[in-house]
Amino acid sequence: MDYKDYYATLGIQREATQDEVKRAYRKLARKYHPDVSKEANAEARFKEVAEAHEALIDPERRAAYDAIGQRRERGPAFEPQQNGDQDKAFSDFFESLFGRGRGHEAAAMAAQGRDHHARIEVDLADVYQGAQRSILLSVPHRDAQGGVTLEDRRLDISIPKGLRSGQHLRLAGQGAVDLDGGPPGDLYLEVTIRPHAPFRLDGADVHVDLPVSPWEAALGANVKAPTPQGEVQLTVPADSPQGRKLRLKGKGLPGKVAGDLYVTLNIVLPSSATDAAQQAYQALAQAFPGYDPRTSTQEA
Amino acid sequence: MPKLHAYVFEALVVEEQVIFTFSDLCRASGANAAQVKGLVEEGLLHPVGDAPEQWQFSGPSLKQTRMALRLTHELDIGLTAAALVMELLDEVHALRARLGSGGRT
Repeated sequence: MDYKDYYATLGIQREATQDEVKRAYRKLARKYHPDVSKEANAEARFKEVAEAHEALIDPERRAAYDAIGQRRERGPAFEPQQNGDQDKAFSDFFESLFGRGRGHEAAAMAAQGRDHHARIEVDLADVYQGAQRSILLSVPHRDAQGGVTLEDRRLDISIPKGLRSGQHLRLAGQGAVDLDGGPPGDLYLEVTIRPHAPFRLDGADVHVDLPVSPWEAALGANVKAPTPQGEVQLTVPADSPQGRKLRLKGKGLPGKVAGDLYVTLNIVLPSSATDAAQQAYQALAQAFPGYDPRTSTQEA
Repeated sequence: MPKLHAYVFEALVVEEQVIFTFSDLCRASGANAAQVKGLVEEGLLHPVGDAPEQWQFSGPSLKQTRMALRLTHELDIGLTAAALVMELLDEVHALRARLGSGGRT
């Protein structure tokens, strides 16, 4: 496990005051907050920043962390126990020092109710066809001695077709079990559709680039185009400019209002490496003696 | 120990198939009553019904409420500012869509 330099993460000195910790955190939180940020890896960066803030804003935690830092300068690397868990709020390093993070959501959940939130990734094909998925939940369980242990529980769920990224699924009664016998809460799963090259999603619409040759674009052609449901025959209209978007209505994500599939033509030039290719390009040039792409008005 | 389940749970799509009462929304989002009332006052949430006991919230209210709470907590701002941020973000998304930057998520 790697030692984490929380001061470097926040860009502050070790001697920084608590106010400076707070100021640095707020500035970086605005920059990397996943809801507002355009930065790449905003979510991962925000997690680091939030963890550093959580560790340093509390004077007791900060003192404990500083003590580790000083020991580390003198001796071998700090090596606490490792345990993997991708979805938790803070790193193994943080938890080995301070235990499980007291994140906002965990605190709110304990106080307000027993509905749980988690995330689920689904494939593009699942969105088109619907699917069954197994998810693994860690649920608290009261044992014979009255203690509470965490138990893995597998849940088979049906993924309805027509989901959009960012939507939520609700599984009634699959939230936290009430250890005192009350009704269980609900489980909410936030859906992310896994990227599936060459397709890109924009809400319900699906986009894909389609390479075409110059003569296909100029003369028109029938070509095969990929869609998430398999290849289709597509008519490329004659005189198609570079970047022309062809819309296949209703071939985007299914749903009450199905999305569209947009195929963007990308004109690809064959290499002029052979003599024959050279001659072909020269013949093309001779066929358009007055053509200047920098002054000709090209249709959009 | 994982247990075997023969049963497959049907999942509801919250944004399309779920209506929340006031207390449902509080429980599902982790917000307290005052926070949800605040978001209604800010005009971010638009429940149907006159009094809180009759309020009914559309499915997307869950995501909006959770996002508003995240913003207030993680950026250390008030509900009014969070509502403003969310309105501006909606505007940014709409403008981007009009620019035709298809393909960006």
